[in-house]
Amino acid sequence: MTLRKTKASEINEKCTWQELTLGAEIYEPATSRLVNTGEWRVDRPVFHPDKCKQCLLCFPYCPDSSIPVADGKRQDFDYMHCKGCGICAKVCPFQAISMVKEGE
Amino acid sequence: MPKRERRSGNEAVAEAMRQINPDVVGAFPITPSTEIPQYFSSYVANGDVDTEFIAVESEHSSMSTCIGASAAGARAMTATSSCGLAYMWELLYVAASDRLPIVMSVVNRALSGPININNDHSDSMGARDSGWIQMYAEDNQEAYDNLIQSVLIAEKCRLPVMACQDGFITSHGVANIEILEDDKVKEFVGEYEPENYLLKHDNPLAVGPYGISPYYMEIKREQAQAMKDAMPVILEVGREFEKMTGREYRFFEEYMMDDADVALVVIGSSAGTGKEAVDMLRAEGKKVGLIKLRVFRPFPRRPLAAAMCKVKAVAIMDKAESFSNSGGPMFAEARSSLYDLPDKPYCINYIYGLGGRDIRVDDFYDIYNDLFEIIEQDDPGDVYRYLGVRDSRYEEEEQRMIKETYHPGAAREYGIDKEKYEV
Repeated sequence: MTLRKTKASEINEKCTWQELTLGAEIYEPATSRLVNTGEWRVDRPVFHPDKCKQCLLCFPYCPDSSIPVADGKRQDFDYMHCKGCGICAKVCPFQAISMVKEGE
Repeated sequence: MPKRERRSGNEAVAEAMRQINPDVVGAFPITPSTEIPQYFSSYVANGDVDTEFIAVESEHSSMSTCIGASAAGARAMTATSSCGLAYMWELLYVAASDRLPIVMSVVNRALSGPININNDHSDSMGARDSGWIQMYAEDNQEAYDNLIQSVLIAEKCRLPVMACQDGFITSHGVANIEILEDDKVKEFVGEYEPENYLLKHDNPLAVGPYGISPYYMEIKREQAQAMKDAMPVILEVGREFEKMTGREYRFFEEYMMDDADVALVVIGSSAGTGKEAVDMLRAEGKKVGLIKLRVFRPFPRRPLAAAMCKVKAVAIMDKAESFSNSGGPMFAEARSSLYDLPDKPYCINYIYGLGGRDIRVDDFYDIYNDLFEIIEQDDPGDVYRYLGVRDSRYEEEEQRMIKETYHPGAAREYGIDKEKYEV
């Protein structure tokens, strides 16, 4: 039995049953990066770089990994994966994150 | 040379497992399959096998163990019965949808309640829609043979297989069977070399992902295809096995069917009792036959319908109720397989043998005579029937007949028309 090793990036809602993998197996790591879970969001965190002291307290509190860090500094939110839980805004000691309604 | 030895069905299955030498066995004891992991654990303790034997705290865990082991790349097996199988329910579906080739020896037994530990097919018939291949054995030899074939069938189809036998009747009944040489079995089942598995270092793999509604149905359709594709594989493995042993294995066995006018379709050990009745009736010159169904999943719809069409009336024997008010599980499927055919036989159902109720040769004898009567009357009567159940309506009639005829054997002699009483 030869397996169809369809790439996760090629699996979408238009795939026929013949195009999907056997037993829905996924043959690559870290494919959750491809999934836009940010669309669940109701409240949206907004980053204010002027108030941010780069204490990096927000980054470990994020239950996802939606606060990217580069060269020891946090970047703007990864809105493709942020679900808007608001924990980061709550823990920020400098009011550098505010929550607004999605669409505002 | 293969050796002839006396073995109970459980011993035969444990012996087959020793010869298969699986990588992992996760098992929990439950009557009447308890002896299988018990005997097998002796093989483990004695160093006769290389198996990792995982004694778990429940059947939910034994199936979980097999799922984890199989996904990791191991050849995984287990054995269970009755409520143990019921306790695995959730995981049965996971094993099948993840397409894991787990082999499970099922020793068929009634489900509670009322609490009962004896043989019927309620357990595996209840699991018939879980996506597992199901095979049933008539005797100890078939229990042994089916288990060996199951390993290859499972791995070639990437589907889990239940190899079933009748609790106590064959599991504890000792018979003289032919046991193959260890190296023959080893060669037959070969090494298990899956293309992908979780422990393969250079091959990151996710098994059993979330299948939201845009995907779930496609995954199920693929499983349905796997069942369809299993049909030729089951025959192919059967042929290979026949080459080695001379013993023939198909979807079902036809006994004296070629010129038969009436027939039974039966699963498991009762087929042996039925064949005895066939021999008796044949000696009286009556053309009767029997079909013993071996493979219930996938259901061999077309070949079975063709075999049933050789006769004018057929009785489908169900050792399980489905409480559908329309007959047992095999009746529903066997009868519906006839629907599209122009010259179909009358097809009636008997629910029998529940919770270990005995079925005897003369019970089958009576059924064959019922079938002849159906042909004669050109009327099947009520097709949903019970066999061997005490019913006060029959008993009243029996008393009335004794009174009217002053003859205590009247009911037996003249017969009671049970069909006029609906189930």
